[in-house]
Amino acid sequence: MDIAFLWSTLLAILPGVPTTLKLTAISVFIGLFLALALAAMRLSGHPLLVLPARAYVFVFRGTPLLVQIYLIYYGLAQFSVVRESLLWPFLREAYWCAILALTLNTGAYASEIVRGGLQSVPFGQIEAARAAGMSRLVMFRRIVAPLAIRQALPGYSNELILMIKSTSLASIITIFEISGLAYKVASETYRYIEVFFVAGLIYLSLNFAITRAIQALEHWLSPHLRPAPATPLLNELKAV
Amino acid sequence: MNMLKPLTLAALGLVATYTVAFTQGKTWTKVTIATEGAYAPWNFTEAGGKLAGFEIDLGNELCKRMKVECNIIAQDWDGIIPALQAGKYDAIMAGMNITEKRLETINFSRVYGTGGQVFGVARGGPLAALPGLGARLNLTTSEADALKAMEEMKKLLKGKTVGVQVSTINSQFLDKYFKDAVTIKEYKTTEEHDLDLANGRLDAIFVSILALNATIEKPDFKNLQVAGPSFGGGLLGSGVGVGLRKADPELKAMFDKAIGDMIADGSLKALAVKWFKLDISPQS
Repeated sequence: MDIAFLWSTLLAILPGVPTTLKLTAISVFIGLFLALALAAMRLSGHPLLVLPARAYVFVFRGTPLLVQIYLIYYGLAQFSVVRESLLWPFLREAYWCAILALTLNTGAYASEIVRGGLQSVPFGQIEAARAAGMSRLVMFRRIVAPLAIRQALPGYSNELILMIKSTSLASIITIFEISGLAYKVASETYRYIEVFFVAGLIYLSLNFAITRAIQALEHWLSPHLRPAPATPLLNELKAV
Repeated sequence: MNMLKPLTLAALGLVATYTVAFTQGKTWTKVTIATEGAYAPWNFTEAGGKLAGFEIDLGNELCKRMKVECNIIAQDWDGIIPALQAGKYDAIMAGMNITEKRLETINFSRVYGTGGQVFGVARGGPLAALPGLGARLNLTTSEADALKAMEEMKKLLKGKTVGVQVSTINSQFLDKYFKDAVTIKEYKTTEEHDLDLANGRLDAIFVSILALNATIEKPDFKNLQVAGPSFGGGLLGSGVGVGLRKADPELKAMFDKAIGDMIADGSLKALAVKWFKLDISPQS
């Protein structure tokens, strides 16, 4: 293996990491609000809210992100109505088109994860909260939300990892993030194996960091699943 | 160590391919040609998925003259040279210009088409007035004149966004001569930068004049035009040829002869006029 080439490739691709992270962070952040709104609509029980939310999730989960990115970037731009609209300064930029597509996409997936988390809260817990005289808000904050988040976390960490990987599709609309830069280096040097090997390693380390962070969060949220920590008193007793 | 295995296998595969090619005794009965299928009128994909264009007609005619069976397939531009070397096909006819850089990796037949490279802009837009329209500047024989013309053009191009296909002679040209004046945006296909020029995301594109002329003929792109002089020579290369493996000199000889015959009897010119509406065949 040509270590010098791998190193120079790494240096050429690394400038794409901030772009990848920014694309992910912004779309995951906005997408989470979209997901919460969609999940609330789904659980509202009102057909006028449930049906649009279901249709939305159906469309965005059922079509490839690649197709969505093409439709938003090249498709919308072909209508002069769009080009003359107030949205054009925003849709003109490949960057925001990618953010839009990624956000709409993660919104659909995450809303299902949120809905699953909320629905997994056992009714007995809610009943007990009511019996204790909690208001709806207090009940949501103290009982429903913590339980739902704990249930949803593993699924949501999957979604975060998928999002990091999905940003690679932004390279098809002229955004030079990790994959875009890798593609450029590869097509100039014809050394596809080495270059995409390096790109893969970068994605792997990003996702490694994310899974570790989520694991730490999960650990913190589920103290009841761990053995009780030894108290100083107990230690002293043992010593006797 | 495991990681090395696929590499080793790939290397063995390459060796095997070459060995087979050699032991076949250099008599070719079947030639597979790769084209891009997205570079009209050189080569493009019809609505039904069928390949068509100047190079499809030319490839079939060359095969007939070389007395070999011909199979033309579509291959993405980005992997087109590595896949040739990996033995997935034997020749490339994809509007590929012969350049010093490519000659380091592969071989080429003699030139079968020469067109210049130009800027494409919105018709009647601010860049339509780029000086030097109609002039042909050669970077090999008269680089000083070309550089002077570029300085004039930069006055208008300053700060504009120019689209170009990634890892082509055109992107190398912009990188070398216009990087200080314009923002370069790289696309995977020329069709994508055509779209972005037409919808106003780009101020200009740098592209082959023949490809641009073909684009302008489509109704959706009639608001585009050529601006400024056309460039050729130097890193832009001497023209378009058939890309071949260095290990296949006998195939190169066959292509060279067939192309030479078609130039001599005027059939290459006829084919060029049919697809480009002008004679792009080399003069000798």
